[in-house]
Amino acid sequence: MIGYILRRVGTAVIIVLGVSFVIFLLLHLIYPSPAIDVLGARANRVTIAAFNQANGFDKPWIEQYLHYLNQLLHGNLGSSIKLNQSVSALFQERWQRSVYLTFVSLTLAVVIAIPLGIYQAIRRNTIGDYVATSFAFVVYAMPVFFLGLILIQVFSLDLHWFGYEASQSSSVVAVAGDWHDMALPVATLTLLTIAAFSRYMRSTAMEVLAQDYIKVARAKGLPERLVLWRHLLRNACLPMITLIGLSIPLLLAGNLITETLFNYNGLGLLFYNSLQNVDYYVLLAYTLLGAVLTVIGNLIADIALTVADPRIRLA
Amino acid sequence: MATNTGSLTPLDVTRAPEGGEIGPVQSGWRLALREFAENKLAVLGVAILVFFVLFSFVGPLIYHGNYLNSSLLATNLPPGAGHPLGTSNQGFDELSLIMVGGQAALEVGFFAAAIAIIIGTLFGAISGLIGGFVDASMMRVVDVFLAIPGLFIVLIVAVRYGASVLSLSLIIGGFSWLVPARLVRGEVLSLRVRDFVSAARVAGSSRWRLIRRHLIPNALGVVIVNTTFQVADAILAIAALGFLGFGLHWPHQDWGDLLSNGVSYMQDGYWWQIYPVGICIVLVVMACNLVGDALRDSLDVRLRRR
Repeated sequence: MIGYILRRVGTAVIIVLGVSFVIFLLLHLIYPSPAIDVLGARANRVTIAAFNQANGFDKPWIEQYLHYLNQLLHGNLGSSIKLNQSVSALFQERWQRSVYLTFVSLTLAVVIAIPLGIYQAIRRNTIGDYVATSFAFVVYAMPVFFLGLILIQVFSLDLHWFGYEASQSSSVVAVAGDWHDMALPVATLTLLTIAAFSRYMRSTAMEVLAQDYIKVARAKGLPERLVLWRHLLRNACLPMITLIGLSIPLLLAGNLITETLFNYNGLGLLFYNSLQNVDYYVLLAYTLLGAVLTVIGNLIADIALTVADPRIRLA
Repeated sequence: MATNTGSLTPLDVTRAPEGGEIGPVQSGWRLALREFAENKLAVLGVAILVFFVLFSFVGPLIYHGNYLNSSLLATNLPPGAGHPLGTSNQGFDELSLIMVGGQAALEVGFFAAAIAIIIGTLFGAISGLIGGFVDASMMRVVDVFLAIPGLFIVLIVAVRYGASVLSLSLIIGGFSWLVPARLVRGEVLSLRVRDFVSAARVAGSSRWRLIRRHLIPNALGVVIVNTTFQVADAILAIAALGFLGFGLHWPHQDWGDLLSNGVSYMQDGYWWQIYPVGICIVLVVMACNLVGDALRDSLDVRLRRR
């Protein structure tokens, strides 16, 4: 077990290194030097050359990569060109808000999708199952921003229940308390995630229901409630662990668009603004952060699954 | 029974034909096609896709709305005579905009999926066929690319190089080949050791013939199913790009961009600038997913011989 975990962590570290290399190279090819963006379009060649030399952009890219990697290992993510702040300071101001939005949405989605999938599997091919399946199918095909817009139209503009702009407070405690303004962003991201989860949950629950141990549990006279709680729920939840680990890219993309749509000042909105300003180090750092989170998510999911499922025994 | 199965795993036992079912011998593909045609949702999906292809490409030949010259006298008109779906904030005819935007969505969806499938199939097939160290290294490359948030890179590239149907297709396709690569590799790995491949090899088939006659046709099912999902994902990706303001430039139109223009007027109640185009995106993506699901079911049934 320990050996397996160590090996998985080792692979993850190698993948993270590979990812940092690929992302750095890609961004280097796209933006060889931020000189023009810093100095302005009318900077002359001499100033650009001086800028490149001063900031090391004239060195071979492999040297630049090693330098960046070294800085990363020392906790230095570079600094934002447009906002004149270090990237880590910018991230520090915002990460809690993004984590709050994502965490609440993911938790809600899991709490709703698991019972929903089990309900659909038990009552399959009934009206309730059809409604839930069609709903998930439509939301699954819907762009995140369109989903958010419909929610704004119905619950903010028509019914006046919630605000159409997310909370602008800088303290995450205040944001958490401001359900009036946070309801719609959270609902958007939650619905998106439920749509992605529930069809898997339904098919997993159906597979588990067909297993022999469920038949045995029923045959020995266990009340249906206990069959569902003890045998179905626990086994049907196992694939959810992997699914949650795999959902991080979806959450990151959803976060980017939701934060932009609701003007919620988190990491996604920072990335969007940096795109428009071509803020090189912010783009680099956030893409890298997203990749690292994805790798960590998969790693934790793999390890959690081996802990949770005793049937998985690894050599 | 358990004693007879020998080296078969439980999975193989369930897949083995049950005996006693004698029917006319039909080719697997024809069976799959019949299965597909019997699926009402699949037919609906195909119908929606055909409708949108006609709507986007033939529609502008029949319906000549203004989508090129802004006209200040006709801005934000509600649906009515002359403008079945109203006009935009620049006086363009919404119906025409949606038709032209549909061309871009379908073209990008198709090209990006084609690029992803071609790269993915080749990469996966080579990886699976060679095996060993090469396979392991190639799959680590896939792992690395899978960890990179695709949308972020697509956005960065789109901002830098500008957006055209070709560039967007290349970018989106260039970051979508990973899943097909894994699928095809898995198929090839499992097909390689099947008895019919060994039989063909023993019968003296060349390596190329093995690939052409046995591996490709059998791995094709997975690829075809995945293609439809690739189209759906690419259409969603270009819609997201357009909505964030990094989509196609005038005179080209994309659906995400149209929607984001409409958002500015949400509080004025100009619903015709938002909902028709939004519903178009949902319908096309849903149709692709319906077709993909149905294809998967019909090809699966072929495997199970049910």
